[in-house]
Amino acid sequence: MKKLLTATAILMATTGLAAAEGVLQLYNWGNYTSPELLTKFEAETGIKVTVTDYDSNDTALAKIEAGGHGFDLVVPSANYVQIFIEKGLVEELDHAKLPSIGNIAAEWKDVSWDAGRKYSVPWQWGSVGISVNTDVYKGEVNTAALFLDPPEELKGKINVVPEMMDIVGLATRYYGGDYCSEDLEVLKKVRDGLVAAKPNWIAMDYGATEKMTNGDWAASVNWNGSSMRIRLDAPSVVYGYPKEGYPLWMDSVMLLKDAQNTDNAYAFLEFILKPENAALISNFARYGNGIAGSEAFMDPVMADAPEVVIPEEHKAAGIFPPVCNEKSREYMTAIWTELMK
Amino acid sequence: MSPAEEDQIKQSARNGWLLSAPALFVLTVAAVGPLVIILLYSFLEAGKHGNVVWNFSLEGWQSILWTKDIFTDSYVWADAHLTIFWRSVKLSFMTTIFAFLVGFPTAWFIATRPPKARAFWLFLITIPFWTNLLIRTYAINEVIRAQGLLNTILMKIGAISKPLELVYTDTAIFIGMTYVYLPLMVLPLFAAIDRFDMRLLEAGYDLYASRWDILRRIILPIVKPGIIAGSILVFVPSLGAYVTPRVLGGGKQMMIGNLIELQFGQGKNWPLGAALSLTLLLIVTAALLYYVKVANGEKSHG
Amino acid sequence: MAKPSFQVARLPGFSTVAMLAFLALYIPILTLVVYSFNSEISMGEWGGFSWKWYEKAWANEAVKDATLRSLNIAAFAAVISTALATMAALGTTRRRVFKGQTFIYVMINQPLMVPEIVTAVALMILFGLIKTVTGVHGLGYLILAHSAFCIPFAYLPIRARLEGMDLTLETAASDLYASPWATFRRVTLPLLMPGVIAGMMLAFVVSLDDVVITEFVKSAGQDTLPTYMLGQMRRQLTPEINAISTGLLFITVAMLTAFFLLTRKQD
Repeated sequence: MKKLLTATAILMATTGLAAAEGVLQLYNWGNYTSPELLTKFEAETGIKVTVTDYDSNDTALAKIEAGGHGFDLVVPSANYVQIFIEKGLVEELDHAKLPSIGNIAAEWKDVSWDAGRKYSVPWQWGSVGISVNTDVYKGEVNTAALFLDPPEELKGKINVVPEMMDIVGLATRYYGGDYCSEDLEVLKKVRDGLVAAKPNWIAMDYGATEKMTNGDWAASVNWNGSSMRIRLDAPSVVYGYPKEGYPLWMDSVMLLKDAQNTDNAYAFLEFILKPENAALISNFARYGNGIAGSEAFMDPVMADAPEVVIPEEHKAAGIFPPVCNEKSREYMTAIWTELMK
Repeated sequence: MSPAEEDQIKQSARNGWLLSAPALFVLTVAAVGPLVIILLYSFLEAGKHGNVVWNFSLEGWQSILWTKDIFTDSYVWADAHLTIFWRSVKLSFMTTIFAFLVGFPTAWFIATRPPKARAFWLFLITIPFWTNLLIRTYAINEVIRAQGLLNTILMKIGAISKPLELVYTDTAIFIGMTYVYLPLMVLPLFAAIDRFDMRLLEAGYDLYASRWDILRRIILPIVKPGIIAGSILVFVPSLGAYVTPRVLGGGKQMMIGNLIELQFGQGKNWPLGAALSLTLLLIVTAALLYYVKVANGEKSHG
Repeated sequence: MAKPSFQVARLPGFSTVAMLAFLALYIPILTLVVYSFNSEISMGEWGGFSWKWYEKAWANEAVKDATLRSLNIAAFAAVISTALATMAALGTTRRRVFKGQTFIYVMINQPLMVPEIVTAVALMILFGLIKTVTGVHGLGYLILAHSAFCIPFAYLPIRARLEGMDLTLETAASDLYASPWATFRRVTLPLLMPGVIAGMMLAFVVSLDDVVITEFVKSAGQDTLPTYMLGQMRRQLTPEINAISTGLLFITVAMLTAFFLLTRKQD
């Protein structure tokens, strides 16, 4: 018993993550970090990156806030970037240490959630749309009606990802409102519409990449990169951009206040700002990365992929959801609970 | 009682406490103690982005039963929560019954094998559980999906003409939970049956009792402690299940565990999540106490 | 004696149900094993036999690390929780009912009654505080958390074994002036062993399965196999996981079989 306790104590102490030379702790979404990128980074700098996974912004936020996590970098989505800043959990970036900061593409330089990129560096961006198997349904795909008022062919075969902001957002636009709407008349339509549509959905789940490839689902509200990965396996799957308005998103890398490997973190940020490295990120997950000139280094299949390069006619409908205020979030949560029951 | 005897009893109690102390310590630090935090949080205000604000509030508890209707701005009966609670209790109950109906014959079968073969069968029942719960649940999904093994076989032999729609239903959750918790029913039942003296059955047959009488009058009463232990071990974890409903319910059919997770996650209402957890704990404790009482009560009659 | 009891113990239909139960238990597992050799990425489409996922899993440092970490935590948690549970079981059985015994019983079974997510959030807050104050990270927190929720699983079979145990041998030993410790080591413990092993195996499996508590308690670089899978679920679960699970399954079966045969020989 005593030996055991001693062993435990030693284990507790030795595996402590002291600011060891040449390590970096990255806290990122699961299956989102290109292994090739990490290998190349280690080869160039000698810094070993350890990736730990999370599966929701909320989990990541809660854990960082609880403290003592040991992470250096985190990759929250746009609307969470502001929360991290507001709560004082992240460090303002010293642009002097990031000579390549200018590589950020013009449209991602001065974003609403982080003006002047003072806190964050782009990781990947994309859109939320609808993947449709055209063998099953041959009609119009660029509309949110596919899941809010599904055509006969897709009834009982369409999946809706359980993402509150995205789904309520898509529905609000469909019923004529705006993101973060506080207009009760519209919201009532949103709630009634979603609740009425739910029996037509097969599931509210993740994993479209697999379930659409094997034919379990004929359609799914989905992310563009996932849709592209499905198409590479099942060519009949197309990606629809709801014309009523669809959300754009971007996940960005942020430096945590209690980071222990700050220098290594800067080295990593500088590294992913280089187009040839950012391209590796995209090649793995199939999303755009927001670094100018990285297209040249991407896989040829990505260069003209309609999922990644938004076609001109759909560009206008893409919206960056703002950070909603408390009132509108309360509305959204109420609608969501009602929907999920 | 002589003083010496009294001393002995005291000594025995002291030893009992001393021996239990290390386990109690670990449990206090890493299981029971944290519940105090949850209790505290259930009386605080929900933070804007999750977490809590340190102001006293009963909102968390109140919103279990009444939610604010955003459209009329008045408080209405929270039927969403009640639907989920009811589904959880119903599914857990069904799981327990079904696990018993399958588990009892299985345990009986194992216990009536020759002693050397018993270990082998017990071994066989535990092997599937050496694979991870998540992957096991995925595998069940794979078997019951529209083009899965089950439907393919049933269609081939002509039992059905179109695939059964099992995935993402309450039935799928029920099947999955029965699968996952079956050994927790079989093992205690086996332990109880193993101790059962088969000569009692001979006596029963000698008295010309039917098989059904024997099962009802002799076997079931004697293995009852095993039934109780098995039922608790199946019912309680089913009630708080998270992974199985998430994977097999396809996110459409929540159980209490998922509802609580929603509050700590996207719902950003930690006090409500805390209050829901404690409510669940109360339900479980009440059910257990009732069960123990009934079990003990009957023992004293019989 | 064995023969006639065999006859009377036969209940119609029971064996059939048992066989069906075993079949149902193994079908999903076999599916998993079969698809680990599938050359296609998606489960459900058979693209021919291939070792591809085994090779990929072997080359994937993150998966290998997570698997080893899972085993490491489970081994520690199983040993610690079984040791504690054995002591507690000795303390709460085979003696006169004492004041507070019910309390101890309730405490020990408490982890069974609380949904994981609740303990998870509470521990995240508590350990977060401790980690910040002490600056000590490490696997210790996960081992502690796992040990706690494994205790009831280890306790139940040990207690059951103790209750059914014959006291004569122990009494005989102490009549022969064996010290309490010697009696325990030479008589009680060997008799108790099947219960202890069953308890430890249960604890090990339960620890290996845990997702929710680990997800919330883990620090940087502490993904276990289940939390790694949870992270992947959002995007795509690859058959690498099938390969790893199959590999682990075969190792366990081999180990258990060896153990089984060895102990049988001793008898």
